[in-house]
Amino acid sequence: MGKQADSGLATTSGSPKPSNKRRAALKRELTAWSFVLPSLIGLGIFVYGSLVYSLYVSFTSWDLLTPPKWVGLANYARTFKDPNFIQCMGNTLYFVVAIVPLGIILAMAMAIALNKERPGFKFFRGAYYMPSITSTVAIGMVWLWIFNPDQGVLNTILQFFGVANPPRWLESVKWAKPALSIMRIWQVSGYYMIMYLTGLQNIPKDLYEAAEIDGATKWQQIKSITIPLLANTTVFATIMLTIEAFNLFEAIYVMTEGRPGGTTNTILYYIYTQAFERYRMGYASAMAWILFAILFVVTILQFNARRKKEEIGY
Amino acid sequence: MKRKKRISTVILYIVLIFLAVIMIYPFVWSVTASFKTNQQIYGGNPLDLIPKPFTLNNYKRVLELLPFGRFLLNSMFLATVVPAISIILASMAAYAFARLEFKGRDFIFMLLLGVMMLPGHVTLIPRYALMIKLGWVNRYIALIIPAIFSASLVFKIFFMRQHFLSIPRELEEAALIDGCSQWGVWWNIMMPNSKPALAALAIIGFKTEWNSFLWPNVVINDFMKMPIQVGLTYLQSNAQSSWDILMAGTTIAIVPVILIFICFQQYFMAGSLTSGMGGR
Repeated sequence: MGKQADSGLATTSGSPKPSNKRRAALKRELTAWSFVLPSLIGLGIFVYGSLVYSLYVSFTSWDLLTPPKWVGLANYARTFKDPNFIQCMGNTLYFVVAIVPLGIILAMAMAIALNKERPGFKFFRGAYYMPSITSTVAIGMVWLWIFNPDQGVLNTILQFFGVANPPRWLESVKWAKPALSIMRIWQVSGYYMIMYLTGLQNIPKDLYEAAEIDGATKWQQIKSITIPLLANTTVFATIMLTIEAFNLFEAIYVMTEGRPGGTTNTILYYIYTQAFERYRMGYASAMAWILFAILFVVTILQFNARRKKEEIGY
Repeated sequence: MKRKKRISTVILYIVLIFLAVIMIYPFVWSVTASFKTNQQIYGGNPLDLIPKPFTLNNYKRVLELLPFGRFLLNSMFLATVVPAISIILASMAAYAFARLEFKGRDFIFMLLLGVMMLPGHVTLIPRYALMIKLGWVNRYIALIIPAIFSASLVFKIFFMRQHFLSIPRELEEAALIDGCSQWGVWWNIMMPNSKPALAALAIIGFKTEWNSFLWPNVVINDFMKMPIQVGLTYLQSNAQSSWDILMAGTTIAIVPVILIFICFQQYFMAGSLTSGMGGR
């Protein structure tokens, strides 16, 4: 870093002679490059280089100890026959379908409710946002206790309200996925609330005034002004949250490790275990690329859905 | 009409308070449980938040079990150094993309944008292989350099470029005429005029580094170099079902970010408003 800065300074010090235009141009070019090169070299190795290498690894069989062996498309073919992968895919899709709509609706509702300056609202905004800044690893352990079937808070409350046999949450095949979804919705919605609060600031106030004169109720105003005009925020938030839900990992690592019976195993957690516990680098890389491809397609589809709606004029 | 409005305000506040309780309860519970005895945690009512008797024993035992002080120090170090370096590198590059001319500038910028939303898992394995090749496994440098050069650096470049573009050119032109170099303009004019943007990136960067888990978990297994979140999972496997100890560890891992959040709430929100994708 320091050296880069010095060489950059050297290229620009001393005023360029007008007689030597080409040298001045070269100097300008070199100065510019000295600004970008540190970033570009690092990204070239750790992002672009890694991407290319990852693609190569996905076509090999590799345990990190012996040199990689080229196996062609075998790793990709294997995913289709691997019942664990298929199960993880199903689980992950469940989490996406459970987390994304509920998270978005909650975030939007919180933002609409808090988009005023009233006593205490600043506190509410802060309180709702707080879960999203804490580490999933740490707060996951707290939720592990909340979901504890025997002494946990949730079941204590449920029993208080007369539920005789409350769910065994993370231990139950039926309830483990809903429990994790609840925890994730709790954790992320505040972040998207902030996104919606920004979106709300861009809606002109006079629209509401006009609607009020026309006698529209609050709910009608929300339905026909607020929600449609937040469409861009919704698309962006949906894409972000979808990516986040597909990449569910830390909560699984801390709370269930894929149990019970693999019902909470997600693609990313499976990739992790295959790579760093079983040392199947090739297979894990192939799955990573499949996950990436899915995310890419889903993102494009969501953008296009928005564009089509825009064409209709919604 | 007026009465109806008052009733709806009351209902709104009830709902908001109820939601706030749900949002804050886990934090309050973990902090209070960290001062409780295991008997109270297991035997008592989980809604009872007052530690009786109040004990600091859990913290003492956490420190006996694992070097949590060291974990904290490591995380503090990483959460300041990594964002600091990446913000400086990003704003250098951003300045060039915003103001300077060089061959292939726009093409390179597009190439960068292409990986801005790249999920980290795609590069996880090759990065790990690279760490082995370089002999960086279990070394601090493995926590610093790869953490700097990630998709979030691209986001920071993008973010700072947007910000620099909004600064009026007159400021720099005057300085350039006075014989100031491009480096001087960047450091003496652009950077001081971007303090809120830099602060937002720093705060979000601190949070991201403090909470980062997957990568450190893969490359570090030496306690002396371990950041707090990874250390916490070791505590989880060491302190099986000793929830008193575990909650003390959890509280240590959560509280610093919460404190920073309370102090810099505005920057936090501004940061995530604008930083969107790269901020996390």
